[in-house]
Amino acid sequence: MKRYIARRLMQGVVLLCMVGTIVFFLGRLTGNPVDLMMPEDATAEDRAALIQTLGLDGPILDQFAIFVGRAIQGDLGTSIRMRQPAVEAFFDRLPNTLVLLPWAILLAMLLGIPLGVVAAVNRGSFLDRAAGTVAVLGIAMPSFWLGILLIFVFSVELGWLPSGRMGGPAHYVLPVITLAAFLVAGFMRITRSAMLEVMESEFVKLARIKGLSEGVVIWKHCLRNALIPVLTLWGVFIGNLITGAIVTETVFAWPGIGRLTYEAVIYRDFPLLQAVIILKSILILSINLGVDILYAYVDPRIRLA
Amino acid sequence: MSEQPVLEVRDLHTHFFLRRGVVKAVDGVSFSLRRGEVLGLVGESGCGKSLTALSLMRLLPRGGARTVKGEVLLDGENILERTPAEMREIRGRRISMVLQDPQTSLNPVFSIGDQLREAIQRRKRAPHAEIIKEAVAALRRVEIAAPEQRLDQYPHQMSGGMKQRVVGAIAISGEPGVLIADEPTTALDVTIQLQYLKLLKRLQAETGMAILFITHDFGVVGRMCDRVAVMYAGRIVECGPVRQIFEAPQHPYTRALIASVPKMTGPPPGMGGRLATIEGQPPSLMDLPVGCRFAGRCPLVEQRCLDAYPGTVRIGPEHTADCWKVVPA
Amino acid sequence: MAIADPPRRLSLWRLVWPARVPGGFRRTARVPWIPIAIISVIVVMALFAPLLAPYSPIDQTLRDKLLPPAWLAGGSDRYFLGTDAFGRDILSRLIHGARISLIVALLALTAGGGVGLLVGIVAGYLGGAVDSVLMRLVDAAFAFPAILFALLLAVTMGQGLGTLVIAISLLLWASFARLIRGEVLSLRQRDFVALARVRGCSAPRIMLTHILPNVFNTFMVLVTLNIGVVIIAEATLSFLGAGIPPPTPSWGLMISEGRGRIADAWWVALIPGIAITLMVLAVNLFGDWLRDRLDPRLRQL
Repeated sequence: MKRYIARRLMQGVVLLCMVGTIVFFLGRLTGNPVDLMMPEDATAEDRAALIQTLGLDGPILDQFAIFVGRAIQGDLGTSIRMRQPAVEAFFDRLPNTLVLLPWAILLAMLLGIPLGVVAAVNRGSFLDRAAGTVAVLGIAMPSFWLGILLIFVFSVELGWLPSGRMGGPAHYVLPVITLAAFLVAGFMRITRSAMLEVMESEFVKLARIKGLSEGVVIWKHCLRNALIPVLTLWGVFIGNLITGAIVTETVFAWPGIGRLTYEAVIYRDFPLLQAVIILKSILILSINLGVDILYAYVDPRIRLA
Repeated sequence: MSEQPVLEVRDLHTHFFLRRGVVKAVDGVSFSLRRGEVLGLVGESGCGKSLTALSLMRLLPRGGARTVKGEVLLDGENILERTPAEMREIRGRRISMVLQDPQTSLNPVFSIGDQLREAIQRRKRAPHAEIIKEAVAALRRVEIAAPEQRLDQYPHQMSGGMKQRVVGAIAISGEPGVLIADEPTTALDVTIQLQYLKLLKRLQAETGMAILFITHDFGVVGRMCDRVAVMYAGRIVECGPVRQIFEAPQHPYTRALIASVPKMTGPPPGMGGRLATIEGQPPSLMDLPVGCRFAGRCPLVEQRCLDAYPGTVRIGPEHTADCWKVVPA
Repeated sequence: MAIADPPRRLSLWRLVWPARVPGGFRRTARVPWIPIAIISVIVVMALFAPLLAPYSPIDQTLRDKLLPPAWLAGGSDRYFLGTDAFGRDILSRLIHGARISLIVALLALTAGGGVGLLVGIVAGYLGGAVDSVLMRLVDAAFAFPAILFALLLAVTMGQGLGTLVIAISLLLWASFARLIRGEVLSLRQRDFVALARVRGCSAPRIMLTHILPNVFNTFMVLVTLNIGVVIIAEATLSFLGAGIPPPTPSWGLMISEGRGRIADAWWVALIPGIAITLMVLAVNLFGDWLRDRLDPRLRQL
């Protein structure tokens, strides 16, 4: 178990180094790095100072060493637009996203997993097909458009819910639904196929031979096993969610790290984007690690190995 | 028979309804099981033994399997007519089953104790400590050493033989009158097989339950069973006391099966004597012949075998065979 | 249960209308005619956009700005789906936008799918160190959301078709590589490959003449199933200002432009979204059907 976690941790570090390297070289090798990192109206002295601190007149490998050195100290450059250290800007916004994500995952699981179970148990029936249609629709709708549609219906036409910005509980409803929407389909599909597989297994037969009720067989014996593949995909889902937050927060003017990413793109704020990408990688990798540990807990074959 | 059999199966038909056609996997099976006896159900793989067992449990696989005809009388009551809820009460308490593969028969994410407790709690409501005590006793009964420690273990921490013992403990914890054992030793190592058979035999003697023992191995039948029913292509072709079947098999298929079992007394295979093999393939269960199902492979085949199915002929007080060539008693 | 399995015969008729058997379900749904019709309409729109579109997708007619669709009060017969804030005809932009969607899909699937196909075949066939290195890369690509790289590319390389195609290809190749490799691993064990090796065929030759044709069905199914992914990705990137730069009409960009006016001119943002949803729905349903027909083993995905 400890070795397993250590190995996953190592993999994460390697991955992070790869991300950092790619970000660095994309920033240096396409066009002029000074233009990428300074506002257009920057003075000649500012430019000279930047070249000085990042060693931009030196060989590329020296520049890389400087980049890595500063990154380890938590310095990923200064945001052009906000004139504030990019790392600081990220951590200012991070809590706003973190209050949104758990609700979205919770909603997606509460809808997706039972739907998947019901679809599997009633395989081929009307219920199964209806659930399948929901899943296909959920995948086909671009989530930013769904967000706009929800705003149109519930804010503009009906006037029930606020259309954006942070605020009381009502402000959470639409962004959470939008974020959850495309995960529901994923949870449902995986739960359904995992359930179908588990329901065919011998231990389910034995559970029935014991005379257990159908409810216990399905929701205890089958679901607990079917949750294992569902959990493995949690990591992927959370990655999706963090990227999904970019469009959702953009649509709902939610001041989180997703919206920050969007701003970095439209204002061409390279230092900010660079910081956002590296920090989001760390975020995603650590959540993945957490999920792996949770996964090991659910599956005793891993926990006790 | 004066005494009512604990389980009686009459003219059971279980078919698979597939896109390609109807597979008549169980097609007119009748037998009875007396209290406290072990009846062997023998045949090649694919002859319908396992599906017969699942039909008795009413746990047919998904995807088009259905029992279309027949009666399954458990203590005289036709369980095919029971509702699913009533059937659940019957399963585990009055009829139970041990499956073939111990590796997959236990749920990998629950501890042995959990899975055993579920079965015991079906029988009685009692405080936790008492249930635990019973679970330990159940494990001890199937000869598992240090049962207290085993309760918290998970299936992957046990050997195949041990898992199969646990499956046995779970299956009999409801004190059923009938236990179906579907090739319980096929997946085990040869050395463990014998131990398991002895265990089953002992449990049977202790509890007085009847066992329907399904196997493809005539050698095991001799060791385990009081009577044996031989199944071929969805039907029972011969049925009788083990000794009679071994000494004077009547149906050509039974003879061929017995001849293919290596005997301890004869010369070992490849050293002079030869094991008999049966030429040909069993008929397709989707397209069964009108006549005898073994006719295509039978050395004694005649025209009447092809024209009509031979009906069950009584040879002795307890011995029957489905063949034109046998002489009724 | 050993159930005799009759030899499988391929019949064109059965492909179109699978057998119905009493008591059983049909294995696959019928040919998805409605999705095929939707796809055909969109493809025709893309191919003949200049001929079909009533107006230029770019020219602005400011005095006709924000007209609602023809069936609503205040709508004009001249603009069936209404106009946007610059007085451009939404129908015309939609028709030209189909073109962008399909061009991007074609290029990105060729590039990303092609790279994935190559990596999958090489890794699967050669195995060993090559395989483990390539598969580590695939794992890395999976662990990290490609959309962030796409945004980074747009900022460093500038917006444009090329950047967009590279960005979306990055999103695709890993899943192609992983699935094709799995397929190749099982093919490698088959007799005809062993035979070719015995005959002295070189590795590249075996990969080209024996492996490639055999994974082609899988590849085509993957391509179809990923068209929807590409269309959504293109729309998303365009929406975020990292796709095709304005004024070129792209469905995602149209939604983005209409977003601010949702209160007074909903059609500007909502209509292109309906087009995207229909298109993706259609290609996914078509892809599901194709998968069931050509490569049912992929079903778990």
